[in-house]
Amino acid sequence: MALDEYKPQKGGDELEQGHAFKYVGTRPDRPDGTDKVTGRARFGADITAPGMLHGAILRSPHAHARIVSIDTAKAEALDGVKAVVTRADFSDAIQPAPGMAGEMWNVLENVMAGDKALYDGHAIAAVAATSALTARDAVKLIEVTYEVLPHVTDVDAAMADDAPVIRDGTADKSVPPGLHPNVVRYHQSGHGDVATGFAEADLVIEDSFTTEATHQGYIEPHACLGILGGDGKGELWCCTQGHWNVQKICAALLDLETSQLRVTASEIGGGFGGKTTVFIEPVALALSRKANKPVKLVMSRAEVFRATGPTASTSMDIKIGMNKDGTITAAQGVFRAQGGAFPGAPMEFTAMCAFAPYNLANVHQVGYDVMTNRPKQAAYRAPGSPMAAFAVESVIDELCNQLGLDPLEVRLKNASREGTRASYGPKFQRIGLVETIEAAMAHPHYSAPLEPGQGRGISCGFWFNHGGETSVTLALSEDGSAQIMVGTPDIGGSRSSMALMAAEVLGIPYENIRVTVADTASLGYNEVSHGSRVTYASGLATIKAAEAAVRELCRRAAAKWGIEEDAVYWEDGYAKPSGPNAGDFEPLHISKITRRMGATGGPINGHFEATPEGAGVSFATHIVDAEVDPETGSTKVVRYTVVQDAGKAIHPTYVEGQFQGGAAQGIGWALNEEYIYGADGRLQNAGFLDYRIPVASDLPMIDTVIVEVPNPGHPYGVRGVGETSICPPLAAIANAVSAAAGVRMRNLPMSPPRILAALEEQSGG
Amino acid sequence: MSKIHVSTTINGDTAEFLCDPRETLLDVLRDRLGLTGAKEGCGTGDCGACSVTLDGRLVCSCLVLGAEAEGREIATVEGIAPGEELHPLQRKFIEHAALQCGICTPGILVAAKALLEKNPDPTETEVRYWLAGNLCRCTGYDKIIRAVMDAAAEMREAA
Amino acid sequence: MVEVHLWSGLRAQAGGREVVEVEAKTVGEVLSGLVAAHPELQEVIDAGVSVAVDGRIIASGLTEPVNEDSEVYLMQRLKGG
Ligand code: FES
Ligand code: FES
Repeated sequence: MALDEYKPQKGGDELEQGHAFKYVGTRPDRPDGTDKVTGRARFGADITAPGMLHGAILRSPHAHARIVSIDTAKAEALDGVKAVVTRADFSDAIQPAPGMAGEMWNVLENVMAGDKALYDGHAIAAVAATSALTARDAVKLIEVTYEVLPHVTDVDAAMADDAPVIRDGTADKSVPPGLHPNVVRYHQSGHGDVATGFAEADLVIEDSFTTEATHQGYIEPHACLGILGGDGKGELWCCTQGHWNVQKICAALLDLETSQLRVTASEIGGGFGGKTTVFIEPVALALSRKANKPVKLVMSRAEVFRATGPTASTSMDIKIGMNKDGTITAAQGVFRAQGGAFPGAPMEFTAMCAFAPYNLANVHQVGYDVMTNRPKQAAYRAPGSPMAAFAVESVIDELCNQLGLDPLEVRLKNASREGTRASYGPKFQRIGLVETIEAAMAHPHYSAPLEPGQGRGISCGFWFNHGGETSVTLALSEDGSAQIMVGTPDIGGSRSSMALMAAEVLGIPYENIRVTVADTASLGYNEVSHGSRVTYASGLATIKAAEAAVRELCRRAAAKWGIEEDAVYWEDGYAKPSGPNAGDFEPLHISKITRRMGATGGPINGHFEATPEGAGVSFATHIVDAEVDPETGSTKVVRYTVVQDAGKAIHPTYVEGQFQGGAAQGIGWALNEEYIYGADGRLQNAGFLDYRIPVASDLPMIDTVIVEVPNPGHPYGVRGVGETSICPPLAAIANAVSAAAGVRMRNLPMSPPRILAALEEQSGG
Repeated sequence: MSKIHVSTTINGDTAEFLCDPRETLLDVLRDRLGLTGAKEGCGTGDCGACSVTLDGRLVCSCLVLGAEAEGREIATVEGIAPGEELHPLQRKFIEHAALQCGICTPGILVAAKALLEKNPDPTETEVRYWLAGNLCRCTGYDKIIRAVMDAAAEMREAA
Repeated sequence: MVEVHLWSGLRAQAGGREVVEVEAKTVGEVLSGLVAAHPELQEVIDAGVSVAVDGRIIASGLTEPVNEDSEVYLMQRLKGG
């Protein structure tokens, strides 16, 4: 077999026909395991520098206020205070622009308020001092004069005629005339003719739904250590999903040259999308520049809740028509999402994902991006999609109930397949929705009997996934072991997956490979770890980098044997002559080649840089049983099964972990979690006590089924797995709770008071 | 404000430090003694990431003042592995992939160890309720519970 | 000529059309062709778009090839969490 026939170079399709993997698909221990169980792993807040100062940030107590003046004199006079910064210490070269075109300005404005405080928690000024306690004391000495303005925090209220205008001129050209200036972006898409479709239906249901803002809830608060000199050279250590992005933004916000700022990503204590942008990093650098000393800045949990990205809250209207046989004849949705005081609520994804699981002749979706006086929303695991699934799958569930149809059979009947025109436009390539539905139908959970008081819900979900800019370098050592540098922070064991893929190509043991997340000065550009792109894109780049190294290894063997390069192939860590015509040579082990690499042409490395465009969309189907206590309104999830298409599971245990983690976050979103604002526009539950995420005793074991329908865009067939798992839970749980309680739940979270109110309304009304 | 002098024992070793009366035990461990294994997830006793034991009792070190460590015995995640070998709980956490990001892991290991010392044969429900004060946002707890149960079984066999 | 399907929300910027024909061999030429035909599309394209070519979603790469008979859909810029 010649090198270019080497199997893993073929696409996912070929591999499906029984390619036997040696390492991929196994479940070895993660390389950073010991560091993480002994407390040695260094996260964002775990690093110090000699002479380091501590920073603290003053935040607005008002939801909306003009900043009339900031007097820092008293703070500066406090013993131990070394620097105070305000917006004046950041770039004035960045200009606002409508919609997402003004995103750099939006980020700057969010990092440090300009003329106005736009939400409760908005940063106003910051202090660096010799101790954290002194910095906190100093913050209290900063005197700010505010002119309090009317505020709005609810998405529907913010669109009403009388709503206070948050920032005029922010709307981009997509917004049709006549809407409130708080509506800043607009999306509309679909195909066919929904009016005709509805007219054909045997039953049409129209209903409205809301979801509240929830926080990503990573247990590690944002933390960083910044060092910046007056010479414009700096270093930054921080917990982030993407340090090149941090580098780019910090450089812009502080008028630095990008390359002069070296950013190192620490171990990261969860992100889920919330660590794809910056909050405190430019502030630490600005303080450091002014004090000429390293500055460490760590957020408190209350700051995390008040000032970092929750997800959007939504208000949605859905209308779906169905025939008696279960065929969906038409579907339409209106999705209104608020993403805080800036453009960017992911309403276009809400709209595009809403009906993606179904093959629809007539579909129409509209989205509104609305500004309110809340923190700037940040991405949260499949941003925008879970809310859409909640609304759409609730209506489909109701249609199935009223028509007496099995909910999974109806999904199967209407399921998108390869070649289906997606609700968002193009035709699907190879996808695995049908396989997940069939696996759910065959799962014992689906036919298990329910206890009294319990209900079963199911839902499908969809997410796009993403490729993105990627660089990977692989270097071989003289003993034949390999080191790999990737640029995508490892959030859930991805170093393990990279090592498995490299082991597969190189044919050397997994343990002989060390994967490092490189800093921005040590590797080329890498996009943020988001969009479930790590195993897909960094994995693809790792495979390609390893293949480049293998080509060079074969070249060295060919030179030694004095035969043609293409007469050598690579197998299981050995260069071998390809058949009798190539000559009879003893296979050469990798270590035999690397030991002499210096003398035979120099070090052997492989590298790969590209923007892989073949991420492959993915689907999941979830089944959940819930029990509702009609006395207290409290809900217990008693059984949960996740079925999802992973394309190819590189490390199945970590794939299961992603499935389970997404389901658990979805359970929290569905049942408990919400941002609660008072009439004063202040966040009322900025802590884990009142913002209650699921704890161990709230949850059952979460069963998983990994479906593998290879992605044609990846050498091993990988699809992203991290995000799709949070798409179905809101809907699946709402359907289960509605069945158990006997009343349709249209507003999340389905907290005990909401359930009691719904039960009361039903019996009273 | 003048500082307080404290003598204490941490993971079996004597330690001395000066601290501000307002500093928590967690601040002291992390910022004065370089023991950054315990994490601050909330600072208000709600997440368990800062779990340590104080005279054998499981506590949130963010709710204990540094000055309260005087004359007490403190155990942190750094002291769980006796030597080169990992403790069975640590091994099982790696084996079962009971951590994704790992920020909750130190606190959960300290808490789980305290549980198994009191109750070597806990049921799934007992483990779930014992760990209810330790938040994990990544795993959905499934693999954590399995790892604790498995470690308990192994430790019972070895005992 | 390549037929480019726009999402319907863009009609206002494309003279009321949902399908625009452009001369293009790459995704980059698709985008520049759209702007040449309908300058009002500049703003939305600058803010970021993705392009689906025969069902394959190109998030940002301008060099990806496009054929005469390719099915091309303009999409809102993809990102993730
Ligand atoms: S940091 Fe102590 S309980 Fe959260
Ligand atoms: S593994 Fe990330 S919080 Fe538990």
